[in-house]
Amino acid sequence: MKTQFVKRVVAATIAAALPLAASAADKPKSLNVGMTTFLTGPASVFGVPARNAAEILVENINADGGINGVPVNISFIDEGAGAEALTSEYRRMVESGSVEVMMAAISSGNCQTLAPLAEDLQVPNLMWDCGTQRIFEENDYKYVFRTQANATPEMLATVLYLLKTTPDFKTIAVVNQDYAWGRDSWDIFRTALKAMKPDVEVVAEFFPKFGSPDFSTEISRLQALRPDVILSTSWGGDLDTFVQQASQRGLLNTSTFVLPLAESSLERLGSALTAGHIVGARGDHYFLHPDRRDDEDFQTFMQQYQDKTGEISVYPVFHASQAIAALKAAYEKAIEENGVDWPSEDQLLAALEGLTFQGLGREVTIREDNQGIEDQLLGVSVQTGDYPFATMENIMIFDGDELTTPVGQKSIDWVGTLDAGFVDSVTVDSYEN
Amino acid sequence: MTTKTHSTKAKASMKSPLTFLWVIGVLAVIAVPFTTPSIQLLFNFAMAKGLAVLGVTVLLRAGQVSFGHALYFGIAAYAGAFLMASMPAADFFVVLIVGVAGAVLAGLFVGLFVVRYRGIFFGMLNLAFSMIFWSILEKFYHYTGGADGIRFARPTVLGQVLTHGQFEMMLYYSVVVLMVVLGWFTQRWFASPIGQLFQTIKTNETRLEYLGISPRRALLSGYLLSAALCGVGGVMMGMAQGVVTPEYVWWVRSAEMVFIAVLGGAGSVHGAFLGALIYEVVRTYASVYAGDIWQMILGGFLLIIILFAPGGLIGILESLFRRGSGKEGARK
Amino acid sequence: MNLAIFLLALFDGVAYAALVFIVALGLTLIFGVMRILNVAHGSLYAIGAYATVSLTGYFLALGFAPVFAFPLMIVSAVLVGILIGGPLEYFLLRRIYDKSEVLQLLVTFAVFMILEDVQRLVWGTRPYFESSALQVLGNVSVFGVTYTAYQLILLPLIAVVLLLGMRFFLRHTITGKLITATTEDREAAQSIGVDADKVFLFTFVIGAVLAGLGGALASPTTSILPGMGADMIVLSFAVVATAGLGQIEGAALTALMIGLGRSFAVYLYPEISVLVPYLIMVLVLLVRPEGLFGSPAARKI
Repeated sequence: MKTQFVKRVVAATIAAALPLAASAADKPKSLNVGMTTFLTGPASVFGVPARNAAEILVENINADGGINGVPVNISFIDEGAGAEALTSEYRRMVESGSVEVMMAAISSGNCQTLAPLAEDLQVPNLMWDCGTQRIFEENDYKYVFRTQANATPEMLATVLYLLKTTPDFKTIAVVNQDYAWGRDSWDIFRTALKAMKPDVEVVAEFFPKFGSPDFSTEISRLQALRPDVILSTSWGGDLDTFVQQASQRGLLNTSTFVLPLAESSLERLGSALTAGHIVGARGDHYFLHPDRRDDEDFQTFMQQYQDKTGEISVYPVFHASQAIAALKAAYEKAIEENGVDWPSEDQLLAALEGLTFQGLGREVTIREDNQGIEDQLLGVSVQTGDYPFATMENIMIFDGDELTTPVGQKSIDWVGTLDAGFVDSVTVDSYEN
Repeated sequence: MTTKTHSTKAKASMKSPLTFLWVIGVLAVIAVPFTTPSIQLLFNFAMAKGLAVLGVTVLLRAGQVSFGHALYFGIAAYAGAFLMASMPAADFFVVLIVGVAGAVLAGLFVGLFVVRYRGIFFGMLNLAFSMIFWSILEKFYHYTGGADGIRFARPTVLGQVLTHGQFEMMLYYSVVVLMVVLGWFTQRWFASPIGQLFQTIKTNETRLEYLGISPRRALLSGYLLSAALCGVGGVMMGMAQGVVTPEYVWWVRSAEMVFIAVLGGAGSVHGAFLGALIYEVVRTYASVYAGDIWQMILGGFLLIIILFAPGGLIGILESLFRRGSGKEGARK
Repeated sequence: MNLAIFLLALFDGVAYAALVFIVALGLTLIFGVMRILNVAHGSLYAIGAYATVSLTGYFLALGFAPVFAFPLMIVSAVLVGILIGGPLEYFLLRRIYDKSEVLQLLVTFAVFMILEDVQRLVWGTRPYFESSALQVLGNVSVFGVTYTAYQLILLPLIAVVLLLGMRFFLRHTITGKLITATTEDREAAQSIGVDADKVFLFTFVIGAVLAGLGGALASPTTSILPGMGADMIVLSFAVVATAGLGQIEGAALTALMIGLGRSFAVYLYPEISVLVPYLIMVLVLLVRPEGLFGSPAARKI
């Protein structure tokens, strides 16, 4: 067996040395990209819109002649098919040489599994949607980049918005899904809140199981406790069920809800989400984005998306657009900087460092630790009658740079060092709607 | 194609052309890392899963179905993961032994209780225990990592620190060896006196009692073997993925094991591995090329097998060979 | 823990138990008569919910009053029973009655997998929410806590009516007695002229209707989305096994224990609420190996 190892090592070394010999690659027939997304399971409420968006955006790029004349070809892997199918298919795609760049993933668990794998396989991987802040805080990566924010700025922006708009609340309760995101997001939120407003009392913490069909008991208890603020970072069907059940039983009239992911549920919640509750979007993602809604590219895409799906865009659509914009920008930057027809992998990786690009939201920059810096948009729900569902008013967009954990620090430690002064020190743009 | 050592093959079906096929199958599996490295990981997963399916197959020989055997798969994987998380330089073989020991201990604890039950109750109780363990993994996330599970670095192997490629190669051939050795062992165990008594539970349990033998003890011995086999599969799967999650214990995985056992050929040692391989390949490719309907394809596949080929894939293979060679097949 | 909180937990527990019971009732009926543990029951539950949401949405869009949501629930449930349950028994299950329990269960598991994808193909992945029925009935206030009348009053009421109705049907009507007789001894029943095939078909359709009804009744209170059937089926299995297979009264009692156990857990120690059904199951079977109401020789229906 030993000689076999040696043979493999030799072969791998030769293979690795080859691209170094040639400084640029030949222009391929097409740029093949693989994207992992949920096509089945509860998270397909995010995965399917993202796939639809990716298909539209790729078509648009190809209609414009592709990237430096090379058309883009995107294929999808279902994250809902289970971890084994996902990892083995991811590997197969990369090792059979059928893709040059991967985009993974939605689930934080999958990101944590695939990031080391991408590194081992030496394939550039754009993490396009998962929220976990741990990836770049616990490891250094050469091949893995993130084209959006992570849980820390998302939660921090939520706390800041809450403190700016509702500074006097005394009690808070939390109802989060019982899995990593629900637990981690509450850890960050609570730590930040305790640091900036230590006198708040946490009166109840519920972690109903993921996919719970019924929150009646939790709602009864919340009605008995009457907290000023109720936080829920839930999403998809869980969030819909919770808000609907709470709305039916009048809980929305007695407590202010803080829902950092509700932007993705606005259309489905319809009239159930009454006015006056805080809505977040995991970044500056909103189909009526105050900075972007008058831009032509934004309007064109929103129309294309609505024509194709019959729905309004939600944040995973924006995240998909950012990953694809990053891909295009990175190739174009690498081509220009090196004066080549098509970049080698190393040239592409170098271009991704410090890359600035713009998807459907504001510009995003990739920081030195490969973390994306993305601004954060929040607003308060309002039923204007223009749409059959709640939209946002009193929108604030926070500067992502100030909310992202500094390079080399751990989120929880850093967030714990903030104080009440932080609320007034951050850069924020306010809009009426 | 998978399975079997020379000795079992020789013993089980001396003259069958199938014997030849199994040899070729094992050789083909051995060659995979060199011929088609892109499916090496897929085969690795399939064989690890096949080991767990073998555990379920053992119980099927006694006519019992467990809907919760993912419990042992998961316990072993978590025992190994805890060890690796607390001792980063732990040795591969120590991890394997600790994981399997965990599965056997749990098997003894649960087994002493469930061997009193038969049929649906046996299946449901196993399900209940696995779901309890699942809930504990999800809830006590400060210790278990919750739904994210536990991630760990590669273990060392006999004191050597291996690279990613070397470790995968080592793991792959370890699982091949385990498959052949444990498959052979299980076949031998079925033929042993205790194995024979164990299988009598299916055909005539009262006869055991007339013989003055406790059916519960006979069932417990097979139960422990099945837990150990699931445990081996779980540890190998955990190490191949570098992560263990509560999904290892989720009821769908238990159902999947039974599914594969029946698909391969209920009660057949060869079938467990053949079934696992075919299942994994169908599932992976279906989810790639028919992402929206892969469950439907698998479900339809299973329906067809049960309705038209109740002997499973092994049954189909054997009847093909019987017909093809005109010889007496090696139905085991 | 004061009396008010005790009562609140009680109300929540009962409302939840009612829904679980309705689904488990169909499952245990089918098992009692046909000896098949039907995994596809979970899919029928989900499809019942989807059908209700679609039909209600359609009719309300036509301008019908929201109160029409109630008859539409029954329509959906019956449609599920006849259009899916009927063919399932007639074309598929009928062929496997001579096979082992495991194979029968796997066949229904295969059907479950197929129906999961069918749901996604028909209704997509987007969660639906349609609560007209619930809004019609309004809210009830107890100790300053608002409940929906639908959950607090209607669901438990329907559960009780179904329990009593099923008992009456099986013991005091000809069809019910035929079903009971076929369950006891299929061959003997056939020899005196009972058409066992017909009885099985009828039972399965009724069971499927009950699954659909469970989904229809759940639909106003919860998001309808892919995967909702899988959760329900595991819970129903726990109820049916704990109760004793085929035991209707047992299923009612077990559903109540699980519902109350869960809601009290949410008040006292929320972290264990998920564990409750399985803990109850293990504890009950430890003491009574055949389930709460089951006994090896007893009549199984």
